[in-house]
Amino acid sequence: MSVYVELFLAFLQIGAFSFGGGYAAMPLIQEQVVGKYGWLSLSDFTDLVTISQMTPGPIAVNAATFVGENIAGIPGAVIATLGCILPSCIFVTVLAHFYLKYQKMAMLQGILGSLRPAVVAMIFSAGLLILVPALFRSGAVSFLAGNFHIRMAVWFAVALFLLMKLKWDPILVMVLTGAMELVAQTWIRFC
Amino acid sequence: MYAMNQNVPSEESVQQKITNQLAGGKHNRGQILRQLFFSTLYLSAFTFGGGYVIVTLLKKKFVDDLHWIDEDEMLDLVAIAQSSPGAIAVNGAIVVGYKLAGIPGVLVSVLGAILPPFIIITAISFFYNAFKSNFIVQAVLTGMKAGVSAVIISVVFDMASGIVKSKDMINLLIMVIVFIANYFLGVNVIWCILGAAAVGAIRTAIRFHGGAAS
Repeated sequence: MSVYVELFLAFLQIGAFSFGGGYAAMPLIQEQVVGKYGWLSLSDFTDLVTISQMTPGPIAVNAATFVGENIAGIPGAVIATLGCILPSCIFVTVLAHFYLKYQKMAMLQGILGSLRPAVVAMIFSAGLLILVPALFRSGAVSFLAGNFHIRMAVWFAVALFLLMKLKWDPILVMVLTGAMELVAQTWIRFC
Repeated sequence: MYAMNQNVPSEESVQQKITNQLAGGKHNRGQILRQLFFSTLYLSAFTFGGGYVIVTLLKKKFVDDLHWIDEDEMLDLVAIAQSSPGAIAVNGAIVVGYKLAGIPGVLVSVLGAILPPFIIITAISFFYNAFKSNFIVQAVLTGMKAGVSAVIISVVFDMASGIVKSKDMINLLIMVIVFIANYFLGVNVIWCILGAAAVGAIRTAIRFHGGAAS
């Protein structure tokens, strides 16, 4: 299958099945882009999530542009982005056209109510796939000497504290962890 | 910059003209489309913090400032945007575009919404590939992996504690089962979504049925 068709279909699925906004698209992107097609390594995917956090724009659109660009240049980026927004365009326009104020809207909200816990679980699952290789060098949870990355664990704990207790802005927290690691690596390398 | 400065002073009067024409029932399509395009472009380029923020700002622009959509109708449109698959920011642009100018409105506002991330990510992707192996870039990105993991875990914690607090046993069960299925058993994300959606549909149907019977 042509790479354009693959890009289009992969992002069509991402666009069609991500309900709930925010990180809801992340598990789907990971499954298609990292798992199924291997277009990005897990490390590149994590960088993409980081970049998406720090720039405006939805993560799915960012991912479509980034992956499309890497795989097949600007035409690839355009095709992946179109695939990603096509389901929205159709679904939302049809709903807006019929302007559902009555039962069907309640049905949709009811379905959405059950999707929310599923989406939370899948975001957690995708988050662990990012967290575990960041803390454990072999990519598997094991506290053997040399496998557990103590410095990264400290950055993670500091970041979690700043986010959850002190309610810092996520962008600021990520910039801080990046800066701390840069200082640490520079220290190790040059001192 | 030059073009932007040229447009700024006249924007107020153009908006006023469109508002008057709308009030008089005379829609000038070109001006509506232009307004849609630049509103979604601007909001998409400068709004950090995700789709929910953009939807709020769209409401402010089209309901409070321009008075093109009335408040109740906007609430329904926002509900449609949030209930549909895909990015909320794009969905918000679609509902507003469709409401004001039909299919051409959808096309114009979607273009406005996706152009900024498209351009920004295209530029970043170029730099990313060129500088990925650079010592400084690599160290910063490595550290940020810890930061972004913490951001995701804290978001999950907030969302999950909302579900735990609601004391809805079935939702709690869905959360646990989907996590085990997806993380440990490797069940496909789309199957997890379809399964949860089916449970939701059945629950809602039972509630309607029960409501009609009583």
